[in-house]
Amino acid sequence: MARVAFQDVTKVYPGAVVAVQGLSLEAADGEFLILVGPSGCGKTTALRMVAGLERITDGTITIGNRVVNDVPPKDRDIAMVFQNYALYPHMTVAKNLAFGLRQRRTSREDVRRRVDEVSRMLGLEQLLQRRPGQLSGGQRQRVAMGRALVREPDVFLLDEPLSNLDAKLRVQMRSELKRLQGRLGVTTIYVTHDQVEAITLGERIAVLSDGVLQQVGKPQDVYDHPDNVFVASFIGSPPMNLLKGRAMSGRVAVGDLEFDHAQAPDGDVLVGIRPEGLRPVGQGHSGPGFEVHVEVVEPLGDEVLVHGSVEARDAGVRIDAEEAKLLADADTDRGTVTVRLPPEERPEAGSRLLVAPAPGAIRLFDATSGLAIRPA
Amino acid sequence: MSSIIAPAKAAPAPLDPSRLGGETGMVERPRRRFLPFDPWHLFLAPLAVVMLLPLVWMVVTSLETLAQTRHFPPILWPGTLQFGNYSDAIRQSEFGTWFWNTTVVTVTIVVSNLVFCSLAAYAFARIRFLGRGVIYFVLLATLMVPLQVVLIPTFLIVKDLGLIDHLGALIVPNLVSVFGIFMLTQFFRTLPIELEEAARIDGASRLTILLRIVVPLSLPALATLAVIQFMWTWNDFLWPLVTILTNQNAFTLQLGLATFQGAHQTTWHLLAAANIMSMLPILALFLVAQRSFVRGIATQGLKG
Repeated sequence: MARVAFQDVTKVYPGAVVAVQGLSLEAADGEFLILVGPSGCGKTTALRMVAGLERITDGTITIGNRVVNDVPPKDRDIAMVFQNYALYPHMTVAKNLAFGLRQRRTSREDVRRRVDEVSRMLGLEQLLQRRPGQLSGGQRQRVAMGRALVREPDVFLLDEPLSNLDAKLRVQMRSELKRLQGRLGVTTIYVTHDQVEAITLGERIAVLSDGVLQQVGKPQDVYDHPDNVFVASFIGSPPMNLLKGRAMSGRVAVGDLEFDHAQAPDGDVLVGIRPEGLRPVGQGHSGPGFEVHVEVVEPLGDEVLVHGSVEARDAGVRIDAEEAKLLADADTDRGTVTVRLPPEERPEAGSRLLVAPAPGAIRLFDATSGLAIRPA
Repeated sequence: MSSIIAPAKAAPAPLDPSRLGGETGMVERPRRRFLPFDPWHLFLAPLAVVMLLPLVWMVVTSLETLAQTRHFPPILWPGTLQFGNYSDAIRQSEFGTWFWNTTVVTVTIVVSNLVFCSLAAYAFARIRFLGRGVIYFVLLATLMVPLQVVLIPTFLIVKDLGLIDHLGALIVPNLVSVFGIFMLTQFFRTLPIELEEAARIDGASRLTILLRIVVPLSLPALATLAVIQFMWTWNDFLWPLVTILTNQNAFTLQLGLATFQGAHQTTWHLLAAANIMSMLPILALFLVAQRSFVRGIATQGLKG
């Protein structure tokens, strides 16, 4: 077991492409830390630097108490599960599992014992003599996990290990993974672009964008109190509603909605409300609220998502999934919002829905820097 | 290897609903055929006959008497088959010695090419070192130089090494081939890098990765290289002709076969028989290696 620490780690690829910039982050001993961000945000590069597959341009990476910048991968006592599993196609499952141990000159009995143990743990006993080509996706994934487990490493590095599985299997493997990690207590760094996976799996999540760490914390904290507009838009599905408001001497106005916020600087601010933070209210409602022009209704079984627009300026920010960046969007007069409703409430498309923010649901961000404005 | 691939291919493809619609919105129907075979066969079958004719003629010649071989028009069915020609060809010449020499030279060259080309190709494909691109380019450039240009310089080098009239003259200059390096480099580059990274994390050294991961996954490429190199070396005539001058004990098959062709008389029936015998190893190798030519399995450990 060991802690893993990044200290001011920077990775620059040839051609001055900065993949990771000044990353400082620590995974405590036995912790399940998730690196999450859109594709191209540098999370995989960060993981590969821990594995020793990428050289570090600047800064240090520590595993345990040892700086590993110049330590070759095999001497770092880490095990990695690759996104595409990278099973040796010409070897049977048993040989795939044993390969790492054999390279470390483990005795034959030990190899057999550990391969047996791990294959029992993961339910691979019947597959030991098969080759990867004869396995299903879920089975390959399990073998890849087994190959990491069998080595009994100090640190697990998982690079989007569930992204190639179908949705159902992914949910199942997700809980299996969490249980397994809890039982073994091995420090685990897990990379994913799927924020649902991140929130459900991790003890702590670190959100990256464009090679820069945006926020790190407990999933619920990150969800409830995003540090900036990027995190607010990226974490949560659907993302946080962001509207452009105006603050004047401690009072913020966004469309018809007005409320007090002592810390708000005068001028433009971004007002963020999670979809479940908007509650429908009856026609007789007299307090602050929005009238949502309902455009699309998505019944999901356990909830209903209502997409529509309100009489307020749009924040004009979107996350570009390809570029992994926050983009300035067209600054339109009508802001788009999403409201999460219980399944029994299902407004018609084209109708109007009165909603009001739940107490404590409003978040404020600086319009230029995008940083959260927190109450004192 | 192929047994793994076969069941997957044999299984009927699941019906893809998106294909039913198609671009035209109609279900695609198999084309109606007017012939019980593919029309291409009308073109390809005569072509195959043209290709096979010399071979058939040679087989026929090897079973004729000397007189029949000289008959015009050629006799395509000799009546009684002279199988004795084969034993005569062996007895009346140093066929055994030639065969042995050629085998030694060819096997040595094929094995050394597989070893050295793999090593070099792996370095070019995967190891970053100063001047890699330049060296690779220069090596490739030598491929463009025709043999005739380097014949004399190579001869002089071999002569300085004291190898003229020895089998070494045939082996040493061909221990490694640029073509082999090029071919394997290109193939190695197509192997998923994750496999090697996984092996590195598993504790494997570069050499172990090459031997345990890269080579087993490159069998189709290695088999192809082996067959090509085998054919080139086995059939090579010019280089042995230049370097094996007087020493009959160092003759290869191709040099030996040429001795059947005298200034005044050519024993066509024996030449044909010896020729067919000299072809057998290549045919055998081709049949054996053919199975390795099927698509590699290198990507089967990856996502499904």
